[in-house]
Amino acid sequence: MRYNEPSPLEQMIISYRFDLPNSTSIDTYLANDGYVAVKKALAMTPEAIIEELKVSSLRGRGGAGFPTGMKWSFVPRNTGKPTYVICNSDESEPGTCKDRLLMENDPHQLIEGMLIAGWTIKSNKGYIFIRGEYRYLIEIVDRAIAEAYERGYLGKNILGSGWDFDVYTHTGAGAYECGEESALLESLEGKRGIPRLKPPFPAVVGAFQSPTILNNCETYSAVPWIFRNGGAAYAALGTPKNGGTRLMCVSGHVNKPGVYELPMGFPLMRLINEICGGIRNGKKLKAVIPGGSSSPILKAEECDIPLDFDSLAKAKTMAGSGGLVVLDEDTDIVAVALRTIKFYAHESCGWCIPCREGTTWLKKILSRFHDGGGLQSDIDLIGELAGNMLGRTFCALGDAAAMPTAAFIAKFRGEFEAYLNKSRSTQSVPELAVV
Amino acid sequence: MTFSPELEARFAKLLESYPTGRQRSAVVPMLLYAQDEIGCVTQELVEEVAHRCGVTPLQVDEVIGYYSMLHRKPLGKYHVQVCTNIACQAVGAEELWDHACERLRLGNKEVSPDGLISLEEVECLGACSWAPAIQINYDFHHHVTPERFDRLMDALANGSYSKKAS
Amino acid sequence: MADPVNFTIDGHQLQAAPGTLVINAAKQAGISIPSFCYYDNLSLQAACRMCLVEVEKTPKLQVACTLPVAEGMVIHTDTPQVHQARKSMVEFLLTNHPLDCPVCDKGGECELQDMAFRYGAGFSRFREAKIHVDEKQWSPIVFYDAPRCILCYRCVRICGEGLGVSALGIGNRGAAAEIVPNRGDHLECDECGLCIDICPVGALTSGTYRYKTRPWEMEHVGTICTHCSNGCKTTLGVRNGQIIRANNRDRSGVNGEFLCVKGRYAFDFYDHPDRLTAPLVRQGGELRPVSWAQALAVVAKRFSEIRAKNGKFGVIGSNHTTNEENYQLQKFARQVLRTSNIDHHRTGDVATLLDALNGRSNALASTADLFNINAALIIDADLAQEQPFLAFQLRANWRLRKGHVYAVTPGPVREDNYATTVRSDFGKEFDALESLRERLAAESELAILFGAAIRGEDVRRLVAFGDSLGIPVKYVALVDYSNSRGAADMGLLPDLLPGYRPVSEAGLGPGLDYDQILAAADLNALWVVGANPLSRQTLASGDAFVVVQELFLTETAQRADVVLPTFCAYEKNGTVTNVCGDVQKLNRGPKTMGPKPDLDIIALLAREMREDLGPVKVDHVFDEIRKSVHGYAVPLGIIETGGAVQAVPLNGHIQIQSRPELIRSAGNTLYTSGTLGRYSQMLNSVIEAPGALYHDPHKAPVVRKGSVQVETTEEYR
Repeated sequence: MRYNEPSPLEQMIISYRFDLPNSTSIDTYLANDGYVAVKKALAMTPEAIIEELKVSSLRGRGGAGFPTGMKWSFVPRNTGKPTYVICNSDESEPGTCKDRLLMENDPHQLIEGMLIAGWTIKSNKGYIFIRGEYRYLIEIVDRAIAEAYERGYLGKNILGSGWDFDVYTHTGAGAYECGEESALLESLEGKRGIPRLKPPFPAVVGAFQSPTILNNCETYSAVPWIFRNGGAAYAALGTPKNGGTRLMCVSGHVNKPGVYELPMGFPLMRLINEICGGIRNGKKLKAVIPGGSSSPILKAEECDIPLDFDSLAKAKTMAGSGGLVVLDEDTDIVAVALRTIKFYAHESCGWCIPCREGTTWLKKILSRFHDGGGLQSDIDLIGELAGNMLGRTFCALGDAAAMPTAAFIAKFRGEFEAYLNKSRSTQSVPELAVV
Repeated sequence: MTFSPELEARFAKLLESYPTGRQRSAVVPMLLYAQDEIGCVTQELVEEVAHRCGVTPLQVDEVIGYYSMLHRKPLGKYHVQVCTNIACQAVGAEELWDHACERLRLGNKEVSPDGLISLEEVECLGACSWAPAIQINYDFHHHVTPERFDRLMDALANGSYSKKAS
Repeated sequence: MADPVNFTIDGHQLQAAPGTLVINAAKQAGISIPSFCYYDNLSLQAACRMCLVEVEKTPKLQVACTLPVAEGMVIHTDTPQVHQARKSMVEFLLTNHPLDCPVCDKGGECELQDMAFRYGAGFSRFREAKIHVDEKQWSPIVFYDAPRCILCYRCVRICGEGLGVSALGIGNRGAAAEIVPNRGDHLECDECGLCIDICPVGALTSGTYRYKTRPWEMEHVGTICTHCSNGCKTTLGVRNGQIIRANNRDRSGVNGEFLCVKGRYAFDFYDHPDRLTAPLVRQGGELRPVSWAQALAVVAKRFSEIRAKNGKFGVIGSNHTTNEENYQLQKFARQVLRTSNIDHHRTGDVATLLDALNGRSNALASTADLFNINAALIIDADLAQEQPFLAFQLRANWRLRKGHVYAVTPGPVREDNYATTVRSDFGKEFDALESLRERLAAESELAILFGAAIRGEDVRRLVAFGDSLGIPVKYVALVDYSNSRGAADMGLLPDLLPGYRPVSEAGLGPGLDYDQILAAADLNALWVVGANPLSRQTLASGDAFVVVQELFLTETAQRADVVLPTFCAYEKNGTVTNVCGDVQKLNRGPKTMGPKPDLDIIALLAREMREDLGPVKVDHVFDEIRKSVHGYAVPLGIIETGGAVQAVPLNGHIQIQSRPELIRSAGNTLYTSGTLGRYSQMLNSVIEAPGALYHDPHKAPVVRKGSVQVETTEEYR
């Protein structure tokens, strides 16, 4: 089900079945364009499929926005090894709640997207990695998988193609890091979710040491539409190099928070004002975290911006996972910064020194600062430590922690300084150790 | 170790779902599903999973330490998880958390003396647009105010809680 | 070979093979790039981020330990940005690390201390509370202090990748991540202490050494382990004439970083309270302490009397004493006592192998060969238990060089995890070999290591099998003790002189062997030097005069009329020859009062009997060995500087009387070491002791023996 009212401004191409009765059933799916795309794809060569995806300018919806067609093209075929199709439904980026809806309301769309990926690299096995907290979705997706087997869309000799494809769900067990693709693969293999050294990238050495297509749930979910309507039609929905639509997850201080499917490049201020009904309680906008908690915050005056990967990158932030947290004028940025770094310290896998120690140290400073024990020198120290992590950690989690922290300090320094002038807590500031 | 027939059936399906020789993949799902049935990860379970998946107990131990949903100590019959991450925080999750601690007289990761309820402050649950959110076991509850929280806790206490009502 | 790659580091134009990592390319050019987690021959981690360098045209700093050099690459390791990065990593590391170096066991030899000194700041900006976790004891040997741990994963890797034991893992995550042992709260493993030696900081410390001294108070004496036959170099930390620890400080031995539990911790027998410190002479039925002069006089007198009556002597030499001592002992027996009745406890059929290989060169595998050869075959040995360093070499060969390993054993062995193994009962080995023939013949070369079950004619049959493969084959006759090989080479045999020359060359006939000496009811004198035959056998001659040179009052010493206390290998100089024939030098560590080296005792007895045995000093005896024993003309410079040279005493046909029943392995495990092992408290304190040979690795939780785990090949390569 949907948990918020849709907006008339939405352009629903992957969420239009959400409102249908019995939307998860294969009959509903088949009655509404279901498994049409895979029939088309089965008549296409891998090269043609990849070309169509390139034309669509579909980019990964997990966060990094890597062009999907290119990613599929990196998978070597004919290595003699099996190949795998992995769906990243480990949705854990704070601010993001879209994969949940896609699996809850339209699991067959995801399966069809994975089928097309599987056919492209002649894979015989796909896994949907679902975060452990989404247990009810495993039941829904498992049911859909069973239906697809019954109707011959999964299993042996799919649609008479002579090609076999199995799909399984796999549960996570609570680890944000497993959203990082190589950590996800480690987790899928029954290990700690520690990211792998790259290269080799998962396309070449992925699941079970074999070539692998690994995409986000929303990315796969967009694939059937592309093959039904053509890559060019998909591309035309968005902005150059940012094809199609995406599910924008809006949270925070707006009147109508919710998940809305909008074309890439949709203006942020229109999203806030026209779709989400503006800032609640008549307050003013202070800032927006535009792409999940790892994306650097945008001040209100920076929010006149189209929501696509390139525009946000130009503004030194990122579209990330499409989770937008809208913050009003009363928001305590220090508290947000503290909660953000607490999250990354909790989720750091601990593998590399700068992330493990950096997130922990920042958390401790910000906790003290937030509790009224801050020092003027802490403000620069926080920025400096974030800088010492940035670009130097094993995987992107360190950057994901450092970037927003640095942005909080750089853009809201005044708020941090104001904290120093608030009533001092009784907590004394520890002396520096003499070493 | 013996499990319920349903769980055994799930385990059998799990072990079949991974490529030959890759049964280690089943370690995390087995632990989580078994924990749901027996309450926590016991040493006996560690040995059992290690045996069934063809790994050493140490390799299972390593996994347990890593994943935040795997617990060595029993949780309450109802595990109440309150998200306080930024999207929930923006709409009152910290106040909700304080309220929860007070109402249940429990701290983070504590279990009520009768074993009925355990409380945990958790990271983003994926309900940001319908915040603040909590999970009771695997059920989501959205837009949870302190008043709604109290009603839910009352229902847990008097046995009238029924799955799914968000 | 592919063409070398050209690149620049800090302005130096350099070349290296494609695939060379920047950190190693820099090292070759004398440029040091700091790192904690990078460790030669272990998998890459890129975890500590100390080795960040600047690479032109790359915006971010790059990790030198995982970055291969590329054509035209321009690398800077000495820029302000690099220095800043290193400083910040040290700062991050020190946030939770205790800053109590003065009382830390690692202080003075800590890599983090050195890094902080070179790259760190002189002040701290960390004013928050540190996370404290109590120190844990995992075994009598291994202690772990989590707050000191920097998580470089060296210990985890050396245990898993290096040894194949995989007793260490990683628990928790994030700042709470720590190393965990394989049995929840304790370790069941090889107790080798490699994890402790490889730890760059004071996180892993050893029960034998911790908090006993400061490292700079010790002298570091590199010598050879006195336990098994593998001849590992162990560095004794000696303070005030006492051994405080043994470890692998300079990694300069044939064994590289390897040492097993015995090499690192079983030195403690040397100051066991039962150690004999004064000569004992039987008076009124009891052994009583006397002066050296008195004891030597008694022995000389009785020996002289028995010799004058043409009495029957028996001499049993040692597997632990030096080549010099063994050489002089056989000389004494043959020249002074005029007997051929000399033998030692034979644990492998070296003589028959050498005879079977007569006329060939390059047919004996050295320890280095075991790493470099393309294939190896183990027959009838639980290698990881009995020959731990050879097992380590073969595993390293498989892991790093993709060498193939085959094993024919009667029970499961750790090598099963990576080798092609065939189970075969004793006596059925050749059937198993036939089943491997095709695969072995397809190899380009082979080393065959065989245990004591292959002896006598079977050795010749094995060599014939090797010949039939049509590829170059090298052999190792596995033996048990630190100088078992040297004992045979030095002529502690009734029918062979040093260098396996026939005893007839000395104008003597073959004498009684080990069993015959013990069984001779008319034996007049038995002289046992560093052996304990009466622990397993009885002495038939009730009134034989028995002289025993020993460290302890063993079963044999208890039967003695005179006991002469001797030095152990750690207390003396000399050379020993390991299982592969590598000759290495012992160096005196502790200065123990009371006992004497066997070499001196032999010389003193000769003097007492007015006999001239030639050279007396170790170096002079070794000189004579170099000149007279075939294969021992090894370059002195290498031996003297702590190196190893393989002695190849092949000299054509050997006139041996085959007595295969005399070849008896003691079946020592990792935790036993013949009589010596009984006196090592540390060896007896670990729960794994005494271990079991041919145990089932899949029953690790049940069998009290280190967990041996099955890892897929690709993950450990």
